[in-house]
Formats: sequence, C-alpha cells, structure tokens
Amino acid sequence: MTKMQLLEWAFFAIAALLSLGGAIATVAAQRPIRSAMGLLMTILGICGCYLLLHAEFLATIQLIVYAGAVVILFIFVVMLLGTAATSPSDGKPSFTRYLSAGVFLACVLGVGGLMLRVTSAQTRKTAIPTADASYGTIEKVGHELFTDKVIPFELTGALLLVAVVGALAVGRGKQVDPTRASSGESEKEA
Amino acid sequence: MTVPIHYFLVLAAALFATGAVGFLVRRNLLILLMSIELMLNGVNLTLVAFNRLYPANHAGQLLAFFVIAIAAAEAAVGLAIVLAFFRLRGSVRSDEATALKH
Repeated sequence: MTKMQLLEWAFFAIAALLSLGGAIATVAAQRPIRSAMGLLMTILGICGCYLLLHAEFLATIQLIVYAGAVVILFIFVVMLLGTAATSPSDGKPSFTRYLSAGVFLACVLGVGGLMLRVTSAQTRKTAIPTADASYGTIEKVGHELFTDKVIPFELTGALLLVAVVGALAVGRGKQVDPTRASSGESEKEA
Repeated sequence: MTVPIHYFLVLAAALFATGAVGFLVRRNLLILLMSIELMLNGVNLTLVAFNRLYPANHAGQLLAFFVIAIAAAEAAVGLAIVLAFFRLRGSVRSDEATALKH
C-alpha cells in the first residue's frame, strides 16, 4: 500500500466518521441547535466523500447550499423560536414510534444482509474505472447541465421561485391591513 | 481510487437509516426536518458513488444537483410551516398537530 493510498483511506475514514457521528448527533441531540451542528458535521463529511469520488463541483455546491444556506436557515429559526424550540422532553416514549423505527431498521438490515449474500466477492472487487481528469469538474458538469439537462435546470429556477413565494406566504402569517382593519376578519377560518 | 464503492454505499445507507429512524422517533418538528435532510444527503451520496462507477456521463451527479436544489426549497417551505405552526400552537412538537385528527 503506497503512501497515497494510505492517505486516501485515512481521508475516507475521517469523512465517514464525521458524517456518521454528525448524523447520530442530529438525531439524538436534545436541543435543536446541537442537531443543527450535527447536521453541519454530516455535511462536511459528505463533502469529503464527494471529493474522494471526483465530484468537485458537487462538493462545492454541497458546502455553499447546505452549510451556507440550509443549516444557517435552521439556526435562524432555532434562534427565532428561542427556548420554545427545545421541547423540554420528547414526551413519554411511545411504543408504536419505536416499533415503527425498529421495523424499518430490521428491513434495512435484512435487505443489506441479502445484498451481501447475493453479490459475490468477485463483483465487490470490480475495479473502479479510471475517470479522466475532467470528470466532475465544473466545466464538464456545467456543459452537460446546459445541453442535455437544460429543461430540468430551468424548471428548477421556477421551482425555487415558487418555493420563495410559498415560504413568504406561509411564514408571513396573517397581517391585518391597517387601512381596512374592519374587513380583515373575513379571512379567519371558522 | 483505492476506497471501493461499496464503502460509500454502506455509509450512505447508514445515513439514510439514521435519518429515517430519527424521523420516526423524534417529535421536535425542527429535528424532523433535519432528519429529512439527512435522508436526502444519504441518497445523494449513493447517486454520486454509482456515477463514479459509470463515469461516461454525469447523470448521477446532475441528479444529486437537482436533489440539492429541491432540498433547499423544501427546507425553506418546511421552516415557514414550522413557524406558522408555532404561531398557532406556541410549540414545535409534532404531536400537537391534531387539528385534522378529531
């Protein structure tokens, strides 16, 4: 094993530990702010995995969109809600919840074990094809994005616009127009 | 490329399972949303890893790109809904949402 390979393994181990530890912290933390920090850890770890998989463009996007926007948005909301964001206890542990989670986990483990049995050691040793140097770079991905996938790309723009309008409409709440405060009650639900 | 692909796939499956278990067990709406993000990240990792196995084009990476865009939109709308729910009930516990139950 050369020094380079050793480094790659070490990098993968760090990234995997970071993302798994972050995931467990996200799910198990009592306070949402700690969950958000766990999510940040997961995102950093996954970013490392993307770099190992020659997806430089996606690693950048992952950092900008997830770490820079989504986690910050979560932290804003946690700060906005203040102490109310932390429900003091998750309530009494309900049996059905844990049962559903257990059934799901059993399914995952079962399918995973089945896959391990079905795939022979040979298929698991399939050599990963060498990618040329331009694989995953911004130039290559951008070119494909603007030729083959240009319609979904434009539709994504429409989706984001609709999401912005929807988030505003839902998050703004009911605001009574001061000029016609008397008729503002008609919106209220029965 | 020394790390075999199935290591990434196992990691992605573990992330997805963690997110799903968190979604099923927890009751804090904020943590539920974060669990959804975990699941989306696990799926993205799978897509990118399989794309590395077939590097003729970037279909997997582009699909992951669109998933990231949709996840951002989903987080924005979801957090707006959490805020509206908090205004209505003064709490972010998911089992307070019982208006359609009774």
